[in-house]
Amino acid sequence: MDSVEFSRYLTMLTLSVHVIFATLGVGVPIMITIAHWLGLKKQDEHYLLLAKRWARGYVITVAVGVVTGTAIALQLALLWPRFMEFAGQLVALPLFMETFAFFFEAIFLGIYLYTWDRFKNPKHHFYLLAPVVLGSAMSALFITSVNAFMNTPQGFTLVDGQLTNIQPLVAMFNPAMPTKVAHVLTSAYMTTAFVLASIAAYHLLKGNRHEYHRKALALTMKIALIFSIATALVGDLSGKFLAEYQPEKLAAAEWHFETEGEAPLVLYGVLTETNEVKYAIRIPYALSMLVHSNPFGVVTGLNDIPQEYHPPYVIHYFFDIMVTIGIGLTVLALFYWLALWRGWTVIKSRLFRILLVASGPLAMIAIEAGWWFTEVGRQPWIMRGFMSTAEGATDSPYVWMMFIAFAILYIILMIGTAVVLTRMFKKNPVERELEKLADEQRSVAK
Amino acid sequence: MTIEVIGISVLWLFLFGYVIVASIDFGAGFFNASTIVTGKHHIVNTVIQRYLSPVWEITNVFLVFFFVGMIGFFPQTAYYFGTVLLIPISISIILLALRGSYYAFGTYGTKGHVGYTLMYGVTGVLIPASLSTALIVSQGGFIRETATGRIELDYTALFTSPFAWSIVVLSLVSVLFISASFLAYYSSVAQDKKALKLFKKYTWIWSFPTIVTALGIIIEMKWHNPAHFEGLLSLWWLFALSFICFLLSLWLLKTRNYGWSFLFVVLQFALAFYAYGVSRYPYLLYPHLTIYDSFTNETMAYALITVFILGLMLLIPSLYLVFKLFIMNKPYIQSGK
Repeated sequence: MDSVEFSRYLTMLTLSVHVIFATLGVGVPIMITIAHWLGLKKQDEHYLLLAKRWARGYVITVAVGVVTGTAIALQLALLWPRFMEFAGQLVALPLFMETFAFFFEAIFLGIYLYTWDRFKNPKHHFYLLAPVVLGSAMSALFITSVNAFMNTPQGFTLVDGQLTNIQPLVAMFNPAMPTKVAHVLTSAYMTTAFVLASIAAYHLLKGNRHEYHRKALALTMKIALIFSIATALVGDLSGKFLAEYQPEKLAAAEWHFETEGEAPLVLYGVLTETNEVKYAIRIPYALSMLVHSNPFGVVTGLNDIPQEYHPPYVIHYFFDIMVTIGIGLTVLALFYWLALWRGWTVIKSRLFRILLVASGPLAMIAIEAGWWFTEVGRQPWIMRGFMSTAEGATDSPYVWMMFIAFAILYIILMIGTAVVLTRMFKKNPVERELEKLADEQRSVAK
Repeated sequence: MTIEVIGISVLWLFLFGYVIVASIDFGAGFFNASTIVTGKHHIVNTVIQRYLSPVWEITNVFLVFFFVGMIGFFPQTAYYFGTVLLIPISISIILLALRGSYYAFGTYGTKGHVGYTLMYGVTGVLIPASLSTALIVSQGGFIRETATGRIELDYTALFTSPFAWSIVVLSLVSVLFISASFLAYYSSVAQDKKALKLFKKYTWIWSFPTIVTALGIIIEMKWHNPAHFEGLLSLWWLFALSFICFLLSLWLLKTRNYGWSFLFVVLQFALAFYAYGVSRYPYLLYPHLTIYDSFTNETMAYALITVFILGLMLLIPSLYLVFKLFIMNKPYIQSGK
């Protein structure tokens, strides 16, 4: 393998680790906000404690998110120097704004965490969450707009290799940006809700009957349902966007070779060497329906796209994983709420709780699969239509060494995070914290 | 003033910001770990934790800010520095990653874990050394062009250069000096007499090596890069002012004006840092890149400066709030006891 391959794998490795923490980084602040707000409104210490405990765990994930984020930011220039030299002139604005948003979030998160008992009016402390939520959403927005730009570059004219007529805002608000940002945000909120729900479900599964966990599960599943539906809706828009702007990505995802109307949607299956799809589930008209909202709409197939621009066909599997999990989890959340409403006891069964526990990790897998789909799906381009991945990569011969070094680092970070988070909450269970709170209140009352 | 100069001044300001806040942070980590070994940990622990916990994240952002701005204003630096510095900067990233996460693990997770604390201290000393490679390389003389027209870092030249090592030493000792001076001030606000005494001692210990290496580097520059040496000499008065600030800070330390003493330490470094920056004008990477031939297009430059001003309007009040709540706030600092 040469430096280009290693650069691709190292970038993939860093981003795959970072996206776990980035997703939580975007999602957890809003969950803390909701819990904290409910706590203040209902005067319910369970919700307040929920906010407090989530915030405590959140710090650990933020720390790893910050360091892996720093890593990817620097690696962009280290592994893709030619690309950054070129793109730096076009997307420096959102990159720069992202650091501001992140700065803003970092400052207020620090203040929020260390001022739980320092404001006379507890609402003032609560308001500190606004900049945290805003900052995390904004940094997701800006950084996603950079990624969107790589998919649909615009806002400049290339004349004989020279960039002219540069319009930073046009580059930032490129066609891919609205759907991408919306999908990133909704799926981050959805995933986080499921991750937190699976923690609560885990305690219930273990036989803990405390009301705190019930409230946590009910709350997070409600949020999860809302954002699952939102994610699905935005996902549909993303599909329509792909058909219009990146037909090769959609065609590769669907193994759609012939340009035709009445196009079926292909689920699962395997691809033979002669590009025949076997063992797949075909839903007639569904792809045309998805793309054009019309069962007879014509969908561009791979055969009409030059071979050298075909993305790897493997993205079909990533697409399937993402969509399957997404739909599965939406059904799960919907069923949970129906059951709660109608009083079905099936959701208290062991099997259902195991499903709930699995929902968080599954949602995270869907996030990873979604990013692999979108990123691998724009091969061979690093900047679609302008620069191939090979042209953007470094020619340093040492990338393989760095790949190994970073792989070891990420293993240490992941294990460390898992160990620290489990220990943190195992050593300090909810019951003990609630007792402590009660003790404190009693001593104040005296 | 041209827009290129405004651009580089903004970036230099952020680099300086990083140098100060990161020095405090790295030094604090080092003192925190070294006092475990010397058995004085209980004295300094509280003061250090009280300061570090709410602000450690902010430190990292200064660094990201600097290089994102660098690529924004001077996109060609991405190619030159990116290609050449793959290994040294990757090492810095790995160290920063270990340090950041171990801090969080140690502080919020398993409190008082000795392994995490030691790790935090050791990486804190190695990071300035690896980061200063970027500065050393930018000085020129360590980049080689290969037969195929590629550029690469000349590791032999780098590791055998006394000039390079002097800069590494300077980065290390100044980190400890700046940090000790700040922590002395912080413990005086906390009225923690024992910690104050210790940090005061550390400030004295690290002050002289700092000034001696700095002088040594100026002299070495004569052989390493004569043109830059001339540039440094023409700004002798700024370095002289910096030296006066150094003396004043020591005098203030002796007379127990710790806040003012730290302020003069910052001033001392600011003057030297800006004088050094001006003296290398117009080179970003000697002799390959100047700030003029690597500057971004004008539209982007104005957009960046606009965003920068708007951003500062958000950041300055927020930083002030942090300052008021955690650094200048006596009840907060003292309640740590």
